[in-house]
Amino acid sequence: MTSTPGLYGTYGGRYVPETLIPALDELEAGWRSAQADESFQSELDELGRTFGGRPTPLTRAERFAPGKRLYLKREDLLHTGAHKLNNALGQAVLARRLGKRRIVAETGAGQHGVATATVCARFGFDCVVYMGEEDMRRQRPNVERMNLLGAEVRPVDFGTRTLKEATSEAIRDWITNVETTHYLIGSCVGPAPYPEIVRELQAVIGREAREQLREAEGRLPEIVVACVGGGSNAIGIFAGFLDDAEVRLLGVEAAEAASLGVGNPAVLHGARSSVLSDEDGQIADAHSISAGLDYPGVGPEHAWLRDSGRAQYVRATDEEALDAFRDLTRLEGIIPALEPAHALARARELDEELVLVCLSGRGDKDLAEVLAR
Amino acid sequence: MKKLVVYLMSGPETPELAAAAVAGGADLIELGFPFSDPLADGPVIRRAAERALQQGMRTRACLDGLARTRELVPRTPLVPMTYAALLEAYGWDRFARDAHAAGATSLIVADLPAGERPELRRIQLVAPTSTDERVRIAAEQTDGWLYLVTVTGTTGARTDVSPALAGLVERARAVTNLPLYAGFGIATPEQARTAADLADGIVVGSRAVEVAEEGPDALREYVRTLRHAVDAVVAA
Ligand SMILES: Cc1ncc(COP(=O)(O)O)c(C=O)c1O
Repeated sequence: MTSTPGLYGTYGGRYVPETLIPALDELEAGWRSAQADESFQSELDELGRTFGGRPTPLTRAERFAPGKRLYLKREDLLHTGAHKLNNALGQAVLARRLGKRRIVAETGAGQHGVATATVCARFGFDCVVYMGEEDMRRQRPNVERMNLLGAEVRPVDFGTRTLKEATSEAIRDWITNVETTHYLIGSCVGPAPYPEIVRELQAVIGREAREQLREAEGRLPEIVVACVGGGSNAIGIFAGFLDDAEVRLLGVEAAEAASLGVGNPAVLHGARSSVLSDEDGQIADAHSISAGLDYPGVGPEHAWLRDSGRAQYVRATDEEALDAFRDLTRLEGIIPALEPAHALARARELDEELVLVCLSGRGDKDLAEVLAR
Repeated sequence: MKKLVVYLMSGPETPELAAAAVAGGADLIELGFPFSDPLADGPVIRRAAERALQQGMRTRACLDGLARTRELVPRTPLVPMTYAALLEAYGWDRFARDAHAAGATSLIVADLPAGERPELRRIQLVAPTSTDERVRIAAEQTDGWLYLVTVTGTTGARTDVSPALAGLVERARAVTNLPLYAGFGIATPEQARTAADLADGIVVGSRAVEVAEEGPDALREYVRTLRHAVDAVVAA
């Protein structure tokens, strides 16, 4: 879908200090050579199957959405509890090919941090994860998991104290240690070639779901729904259906973090995209009960899919997400993460009958936050 | 004579501070236009940017400050240093035009590497990680002098001058006759002297921003010590 490499229409690019450009060139070359190498894909497939638990099942949610045929793609059942592992595994194999032994990452909900800490334990890499203090508070179980897995969690105590600042600090660490370190970015954001790499590594969600739904229903879904923080689970499931013009694609943002809904073209974390920002280009604060959606930016490909009309983006409030969280738990026996609860909130009120939703992660991490309400 | 460049974050007192730095012997002033998410900056300049934004130093206010600085220091080159986000929002051409109209000599955009938007004339940066090919492109496109980032890292004082500087100077000299100014990590007169011995000029950022908080007199005295250190290189 890219017109020029690294660009999605006028979005994307590489707005980073010079220090990182040679590392991005090296990453790009390493990625191209991995893509051309069958052993790379077969190692990823093998790891996905024997370590990650792929393929993840498709579950029909009859009681949650009566009168519809609503299916959940169960990334909550993936090892570590969210789709983030697909990307972390792929980038770990890539880092090994590049000869890097130290990994830095940012995390919001902690799911990407846990996935990164997990692959670092599995591959024997040193691991540093930056996390905002506010997110460390509200996603405590994931901080403990990362520590147990041997990662160093570095609190970020300035600015928003959430994912935006954690990402900036991870990039600053990478600038400082770029010769030894791979930056394992957690969503389809950042400078080129990261948005493309993350999308391709998450595309397994859409490939599997497309086959599984055809098997179950003998046809394609009318609509595919996913929550959008940075946009990686959404782009991963959308990727399976982009060429099926009759399938509607719907992204759901948190109401107070709607980079696509109310953002402006701006530059954040190395790319031009649609960003919550003011008329001077200063980045605005996002707010969401869900730490994984609490980010003022979004992957550049989503901005382009929005402008081209191929995908649509709507919003769900904290309360709507909480209602969907409680209902899925009580009616289906599945505790979702608060992030995909936003997708569930919009999915059940759609006009379409055959609906596919990406259940990007499980809700264990969110229990304290939900019970406190 | 080696050149001495002093970085200041834009603020209400910028014109007076810039005049004090020039009185202390600065040859060129870099004026930070603050951005909320400055990836190339360490804690000192990041905090200065947060403070500046709280004081209302948005793009328009920074340009006004630049114009007032130009009145106080009519002959010293003034170079805004900022991030792509500000130009994207203001308009790339319009930013360059209005900055020059307000008295800017050139521009530095910390997250716009050589090769991107070549039509925007600006001072290019090279780093120890830059390949020879990238040093060549940066030297070709740069506006007047080349900014050598001495460290693999963000802005901020270090205990020693980076051992990477000598190699970077040598690689840059091989492709250009333009002046080479070294910055990032230089804070003390001792470091200024060591770096000036290798390059044609030095840039002092984070420490100057810290001293500027104590007012124009303190800044003038600090810059004077750097001036002596830098001049000692030629005398030696
Ligand atoms: C379960 C889950 N879903 C979604 C997200 C949002 O990220 P993305 O939009 O990249 O899928 C997160 C982020 O932490 C998450 O943990």
